[in-house]
Amino acid sequence: MSLSERGPNTVAFIPFVVAGDPDQDTTLKMIDLLIEEGADLIELGVPFSDALADGPVIQFASEKAASTTSLDDVLKLVKRAREKHAGFRFVLFTYVNPILRMGEEEFAARASEAGVYAVLVVDLPPDESVVYRECMAKVNVKTVFLASPTTSLERFDPIARDSTAFVYYVSRAGVTGVQEKMSSTLSVEVKRLRERTDKPIAVGFGISNGGLAREVAQIADGVVVGSAFVKILEQGATLAALDQVRVLAREIRTATRNHS
Amino acid sequence: MSSVNRVGYFGSYGGRFAPETLMGPLIELEAFYSRMKRDAQFQAEYLDLLKTFVGRKTPLTLASRLTEVCGGAKIFLKREDLAHTGAHKINNAVGQILLARRMGKKRIIAETGAGQHGVATATVAAKFGLECVVYMGKVDIERQAQNVQRMNLLGARVVPVTSGTQTLKDAVSEAMRDWVTHYQESYYLLGSALGPHPYPEMVRDFQRVIGIEAREQILEAAGRLPDELIACVGGGSNSIGLFHPFLADTQVKMTGVEAGGRSSKPGEHAARFEGGSVGVLQGTQSFILQDQNGQILNTHSISAGLDYAAIGPEHAFLREIKRANYVSIRDHEALQAFRELARLEGIIPALESSHAVAYAMKRAAELQPDQIILVNLSGRGDKDLNTVLQQGASS
Repeated sequence: MSLSERGPNTVAFIPFVVAGDPDQDTTLKMIDLLIEEGADLIELGVPFSDALADGPVIQFASEKAASTTSLDDVLKLVKRAREKHAGFRFVLFTYVNPILRMGEEEFAARASEAGVYAVLVVDLPPDESVVYRECMAKVNVKTVFLASPTTSLERFDPIARDSTAFVYYVSRAGVTGVQEKMSSTLSVEVKRLRERTDKPIAVGFGISNGGLAREVAQIADGVVVGSAFVKILEQGATLAALDQVRVLAREIRTATRNHS
Repeated sequence: MSSVNRVGYFGSYGGRFAPETLMGPLIELEAFYSRMKRDAQFQAEYLDLLKTFVGRKTPLTLASRLTEVCGGAKIFLKREDLAHTGAHKINNAVGQILLARRMGKKRIIAETGAGQHGVATATVAAKFGLECVVYMGKVDIERQAQNVQRMNLLGARVVPVTSGTQTLKDAVSEAMRDWVTHYQESYYLLGSALGPHPYPEMVRDFQRVIGIEAREQILEAAGRLPDELIACVGGGSNSIGLFHPFLADTQVKMTGVEAGGRSSKPGEHAARFEGGSVGVLQGTQSFILQDQNGQILNTHSISAGLDYAAIGPEHAFLREIKRANYVSIRDHEALQAFRELARLEGIIPALESSHAVAYAMKRAAELQPDQIILVNLSGRGDKDLNTVLQQGASS
């Protein structure tokens, strides 16, 4: 099962953007730009005041955006973006509390109506997600669950089963953030999981440049790049910053399309 | 009654809402703890340390002048302030450090609000020669400077947390980030009856000694059970430790006291039941202070240890089944109780515990002289002198 829709030997390029960082207009611009540069899916981070799975870069952006951009706003952003980019696949990356506040059923209905492709709830492991999964299945919005180096094979099977879009493999034990090199055991880990599932596997956490993306593209169906983009926006959404986003996006797109 | 049924749940509260990377370590901890819970040698070692290192049992003191001034029920104080390091936090720290050692962990991570749990953790880490890192909000570091110095003396590294509200909640997040990155060699010694399963259950178990002793002591001192138990509730470990052994004694009323802060406006208190609603924060489902979009609200309390946006899940359950009830006490009432207890009883209480004392004083006046209130005096107030003296100068 392929995650990229651009044919064989192409790995999906999945950039991550914190919605509302530093404002919602910028997020829409980032979406346009990233799609122009060949993103296959975009992960939109729903801002949360207490992003405990995130490292300082995303944590800070998320905390700031939380005061201006709610889950409701993010759903509206997706809807607007899809008016321009019909059929494009947006994945929401969120903490569970904003969903619970909205109500799981209400959230599922709204996500479906906005055209959200899939949702990843970072602090909702499959063990706690029975109601959520039912709600999502009913409206045909797909689910993504995380697997990580600490996930036992015994846990992995339900994770793969419950992930209806793809499995998101966390490349290292830790929080989000850029790093210099990938874990030396990553490819063995991903191969081990491949033997147990046909679902696509995207890999994220710490992939910050074309070199690392190329490495990950050898073994994954999708490459998620988050903190590296968010970090660029720390200087503000200047033209120079958006140029840097474009350069990085090209570098990663090239790495994910021409890997061998 | 209040046992954990569905994995890690108390009724519909609790659970394990953790990022996947922490699920493995949490499941491992749960399995290990459930073995140790039944391990006679482990339990004996724990009890021995409570006796020879912590100095238990802690006394039960009749507060006779306070009783007289309030003019109602007799007030007894369970003196956790006399435990080693000056608060109940040490009971849990001792229990968990034994777990950490048996799990072969070399490095201890903790969060702290008022600094009492940080000091307790630094203390047991020093005793067993383990490396110790304590995360503490920058705001708390400023208002609890003395405890920071104590932790440094004990050889712990105190890491200031500058994100978010720079208080306990942010320290918990930072400790979890550390744990998720260093889980192989590190043990996360969480200080309250909070967080993902198995912490709320485990911390409660290690704090039950408070209630077990208090029950025996009041029977000996008064020949009967108390009419009401009163304890402050931040995360809720001292209160659940006192309450739990009395759960079957249905004639004993239980009251938890939250921090009412400056006012009932959002951001000015930490009264989760009065001002909050059900949600998930830092791994557990309980009552939390949040806005209409599910963002966690800022909290305020004069006592750093009660200044937290979520309440331990077992308290939410006890409230739901009406086995315990919860009230709140404002900053100024706690300050007044702090001073009263010092003057009338020669005991300087922690500002956290002062909330329980303040409510006990109100409550005693409503009850009859033949009735008994048992207050958990969860810690001593040396750490709060600066805060109290500053308030005195400005009021």
